[in-house]
Amino acid sequence: MSLKQTADIEKVSFGFWVYLMTDLVLFATLFATFAVLRNNTFGGPGGHELFKLPYVLTETLLLLTSSYTSGLMLLSAHRGKKQAVLFWLGVTFLLGAAFVGMELSEFHHLAVEGNSWRRSGFLSAFFTLVGTHGLHITVGLLWMAVLGFQLAKKGLVHSTIKRLTLLSLFWHFLDIVWIFIFTIVYLKGTL
Amino acid sequence: MNNLAANWLLGRLTLGDFKHDLIQMGGVLAMVFGVLAVIAGMTYFKKWRWLWDNWLTSLDPKKIGIMYIAVAFVMLLRGIGDATLLRTQQALSSGTNHGILPSDQFQQIFSAHGTIMIFFVAMGLMFGLINLVVPLMIGARDVAFPFLNSVSFWLFAAGMVLVNLSLIVGQFAATGWLAYPPLSELAYSPGVGVDYWIWALQIAGIGSLLSGVNFFVTIIKMRAPGMNLMRMPIFIWSVLGSMSLVMFAFPILTATLTMLALDRTLGMHFFTSVGGGDPMMYINLIWAWGHPEVYILVLPAFGIYSEVVATYSRKRLFGYTSMVWALASIVALSFLVWLHHFFTMGAGANVNAFFGIMTAVIAIPTGVKVFNWLFTMFRGRITFATPMLWFLGFIVTFTIGGAAGVLMSIPAIDFQVHNSLFLVAHFHTMIVGGVVFGYFAGFTYWFPKIFGFRLNERLGTYAFRCWLIGFTLAFTPLYILGLMGATRRLDHYDASLGWQGLFVVAGIGVLIILMGIGFQILQMGYSIWKRHETIDTTGDPWDGRTLEWSVPSPAPSYNFAVIPEVTDRDAWWAIKQAKPIAPPTYEDIELPKNTPFGMYIAAGAFAVGFGFVWHIWWLAAAGLLGALTMIIIRSTDDDTEVTITAEQVAADQAAYAKRRQT
Repeated sequence: MSLKQTADIEKVSFGFWVYLMTDLVLFATLFATFAVLRNNTFGGPGGHELFKLPYVLTETLLLLTSSYTSGLMLLSAHRGKKQAVLFWLGVTFLLGAAFVGMELSEFHHLAVEGNSWRRSGFLSAFFTLVGTHGLHITVGLLWMAVLGFQLAKKGLVHSTIKRLTLLSLFWHFLDIVWIFIFTIVYLKGTL
Repeated sequence: MNNLAANWLLGRLTLGDFKHDLIQMGGVLAMVFGVLAVIAGMTYFKKWRWLWDNWLTSLDPKKIGIMYIAVAFVMLLRGIGDATLLRTQQALSSGTNHGILPSDQFQQIFSAHGTIMIFFVAMGLMFGLINLVVPLMIGARDVAFPFLNSVSFWLFAAGMVLVNLSLIVGQFAATGWLAYPPLSELAYSPGVGVDYWIWALQIAGIGSLLSGVNFFVTIIKMRAPGMNLMRMPIFIWSVLGSMSLVMFAFPILTATLTMLALDRTLGMHFFTSVGGGDPMMYINLIWAWGHPEVYILVLPAFGIYSEVVATYSRKRLFGYTSMVWALASIVALSFLVWLHHFFTMGAGANVNAFFGIMTAVIAIPTGVKVFNWLFTMFRGRITFATPMLWFLGFIVTFTIGGAAGVLMSIPAIDFQVHNSLFLVAHFHTMIVGGVVFGYFAGFTYWFPKIFGFRLNERLGTYAFRCWLIGFTLAFTPLYILGLMGATRRLDHYDASLGWQGLFVVAGIGVLIILMGIGFQILQMGYSIWKRHETIDTTGDPWDGRTLEWSVPSPAPSYNFAVIPEVTDRDAWWAIKQAKPIAPPTYEDIELPKNTPFGMYIAAGAFAVGFGFVWHIWWLAAAGLLGALTMIIIRSTDDDTEVTITAEQVAADQAAYAKRRQT
């Protein structure tokens, strides 16, 4: 890689870190709102009646594993192994998609049992906080799909390596946010 | 069945939403004819191609900056028009006379006035000037992310269009510029007004957030060699502070607006008065953004004053280090005072005392800055050019407004004047006297760098005098009225109160401000007409101190033919004092290519906003899909740069040297 390209990746990564911090503030706002509204169940069910920890733990493990495979993806990229990058990208995508699928199924169950976001302030805050994370994951999946095509077409060139780096930052970031959701929303809500 | 199809196609939009009464119709016609006149003029002079190639698709921050400022000036006309209506109503509507506006319209107008002035005038002027000046001042050829910069601008423009569209189609929020719930919830504001407000702010706000990230990275990563942090001009420090605040505060706004929108569209219960919602949460969140927002606006203005006062006093800025620390402490403190906006909501004596003290403490770093500016003038060789006049006007009004602010930081006093016209007078003193005067000063100061000729001084002086006198007349009565018990947002009062005289004086003040704006328009026209008389061949018309004055006026698209080496805080001043160096060798320069994709993405965002306002779901979905597609197409394009050859740069420089000699 040329000096200019290294400088470019450094600048863009720094910019992306800064963006992630602003995203963190967004999540912090939603966490704060959840903390304020978590007892406002308005006669409806609270967390301990709604959440099933084994189910959420499975989701968590899927996401953690996907973070690990995204790390393997970046390592392969640095070694210049295109096929391996595509393979790990695919695995990460599938794990992420499974996570989103499980989350949607959980939301669906809650809604059909009459515990949708309209039920109470607590459920509004729950759906919005967890849903915002899910939306981010979905954007990440879309990003992976597009990047997969670009990789297949262009190979491991400056622009694709740069985007892989940013994608993996994004994915780890969402993992960390999920750890907080798991702890504050689900663990504190059920225990 | 027919009805259902119409609902699917147009949401809740009906023909009735286009109906207006006389005063609204005047506004609509002015706007429609203004737009039509521009379109006709562009077509007649065959300028569309030129507009598209040189401006709309440009990624040059100087061009984007000019577009920001152009939008902001047009919005200033709209905002001041609203203000004139409000003050006319208040001057007339006493006793049996009910003035010219029905209550509901009066409420929409004050909401629009506040929203437009803050988001589309003050923010627009700020980002405009930052775009113009920051890369030039730090010795950079561009911003960190040029394409993102274009996206930011077009999101700002999309928000602006949405706010103004509410005048033509439907109505605007009647809930004040911050739309407090439960009033802004569906139960009490079922119309589209609040939705217009939400989506205009959401779209423009995301643009601001992206700009904040962009300029933060630009300043951190792209400074010329030798410019360490303590050699940055104060304007750059002030922008760094302001952009840090943008990065911390605007995500709060994004989240809060989203929650209000979810309440209104999906029936959630964040801020409703039933269902376990908590309206107080909204008030806390909106001010956790809103108070820093005030500092986001004023810090760059502080930076401009610092540059202006040093240049026109022909002295190094007094107390540079204390200036930097004052800025840093204002940045930190601005997140610890939000509760002073609602002392009366009953958080308790100790909480109020804490926030009261923190608020009063902000006066200390601000005072440090005021004294630094005064000491810079002390024994300087002062030129009373227009930017310096704006600065002097600022020092006086801002100190008065600041004193009023410290007064209100005491909770016991705040209980008396909360939501009164005293408060309205206070924040207008800060925003007009502090922010707007500063941006006018900066605009006049940097105008020749961008356009290559100076603005007319005499007309600028007239504009300043009208603004200062008009401002004083318009807002001094409001302090008095506020102490007499007049609340804000009042469209009628009893004649026996004896307020009418003061309201009339305030109305006259607005008319004088209008004259000031008239002089500014005249100044612009006259200066363009007589531009050959004030042409700037030197690139350094004010004998400046910072790097932007080291390049030709107007600045070339690549800013610097050779990236300068910085050895001093006043980098250009030091270069001017040093002996001339050997002629430089030029290299090829790479600049981003023009692209319309920023505009396309913002058009998608606009469709999403409009779709959500009117519940036209297919339009919202199409807008989202379109914007995503545009982002993906753009991301696959690797050929985004053009090269300006070394020969071209050398030729430019030779032409410039020749121009200097004549």
